[in-house]
Amino acid sequence: MAQHKVNYLADGGTPIKLTTVDKIVNFGRSNSLWPMTYGLACCAIEMMATGGSRFDFDRFGTIFRASPRQSDVIVVAGTLTKKHAEFMRRLYDQMPDPKWVISMGSCANTGGMFNTYATVQGVDRIIPVDIYLPGCAPRPETLQYALMMLQQKIRREPSKMAQKAKRLI
Amino acid sequence: MRTYTPKSDVQKKSFYSDRFFVKPSVPRKDVESDDVFLEDLQSFDGLFQIEDSYIELDHLVLIINPNDNVNVIKHLKTEQSYDFLVELTAVDYLEKKGGFEIVYEMLSTSKRKRVRVKTFMKQNETIQSVESLYRMADWSEREMFDMYGVKVVNHPNLRRILMPNDWDGHPLLKTYPLHGNEAASWYEVDKIFGKEAREVVGPELRDSACVDRYDTNRFARLGHEVSKGTTISQGNEPDTPIRYQEEGGVKLFGAKLVTPFDEIETVHLKERK
Repeated sequence: MAQHKVNYLADGGTPIKLTTVDKIVNFGRSNSLWPMTYGLACCAIEMMATGGSRFDFDRFGTIFRASPRQSDVIVVAGTLTKKHAEFMRRLYDQMPDPKWVISMGSCANTGGMFNTYATVQGVDRIIPVDIYLPGCAPRPETLQYALMMLQQKIRREPSKMAQKAKRLI
Repeated sequence: MRTYTPKSDVQKKSFYSDRFFVKPSVPRKDVESDDVFLEDLQSFDGLFQIEDSYIELDHLVLIINPNDNVNVIKHLKTEQSYDFLVELTAVDYLEKKGGFEIVYEMLSTSKRKRVRVKTFMKQNETIQSVESLYRMADWSEREMFDMYGVKVVNHPNLRRILMPNDWDGHPLLKTYPLHGNEAASWYEVDKIFGKEAREVVGPELRDSACVDRYDTNRFARLGHEVSKGTTISQGNEPDTPIRYQEEGGVKLFGAKLVTPFDEIETVHLKERK
């Protein structure tokens, strides 16, 4: 090959990165997951610790937003009571698509130790859940792990999939 | 020969009974044993009927007529300086006596004495609010209404305080099931999606110990996460290594920004810097 000819496909050949639309979209989405500032109970303390400087959620591009309109992830951190269930659903509905849900801790997963009349027995009765994170309360490391799992899930699926309206429940 | 005793109902009887068992009870003392309480009790003479009175755990207990409750508490507040209404609640005696016991717990910060005023009301009767005397009674009486269904008259804002307004039943009644009644178990589904969605959502799963590790529709094991609905069976589980986005390094215009992790070339520090 002559010296002046540029092999565009080789690494360092040219400032061009070849990729697919799915990959570049999912690259953006998965590395800027903005969760909603929303905590229900003691799991929220761990969630706040994860967002703080020691565990540092920011390095994943995860920055807590104060409005559902600006968020794509909702971390259900804590016990969801039946009285609060409709507000939880309303907040979820206010989030723009694509959106994902992490159910954090035993209470959010299954109702946990609150096997009573006033507790929703798992938030998946109300909203579709992507990641179930076990623990009571889960350590910040496990919440980070859950977020990385969610990132992997987003990278796996076609970018159009996430835009499709999710099932109701 | 030993006398015959029928053994067919042996399961119905209690397994163990102690001939010398004495039911524990809180010791009660006469009101005469305390001068301050005796003076308090004597001040009621000719005003209200006190059905019973005794001292229990340094509390003066007064059992009164349910119609007198506001006047008795007003008397205790103004004449006897019991300036604190500490607690106000009801006790469910529907099964035994067909009504509720209403308990007012009062404290005098000047005398350093506590008085417990008890009264018994039938289920269908109402009780007067003491909210005009103590603001504290506002929320306590709302809670009493919410949890027991006790109807309080002359209350400024008698509605539920803990449960939602459209809740069915009163949860602290002895007859209320712990897992809730029919309306409670479908409350959030009915409210958000409507009753048609009951079939879609399904009944509540109350067995929290129910874990099927091969059920990937609901859960995947930590560290072995698989996509929802992946079919796995014993000995046939997909390999699930931890994958990183920057696996194989990150390059920008041919320059290495992040080099891939190599365990052999990793330097272990002997001591902490």
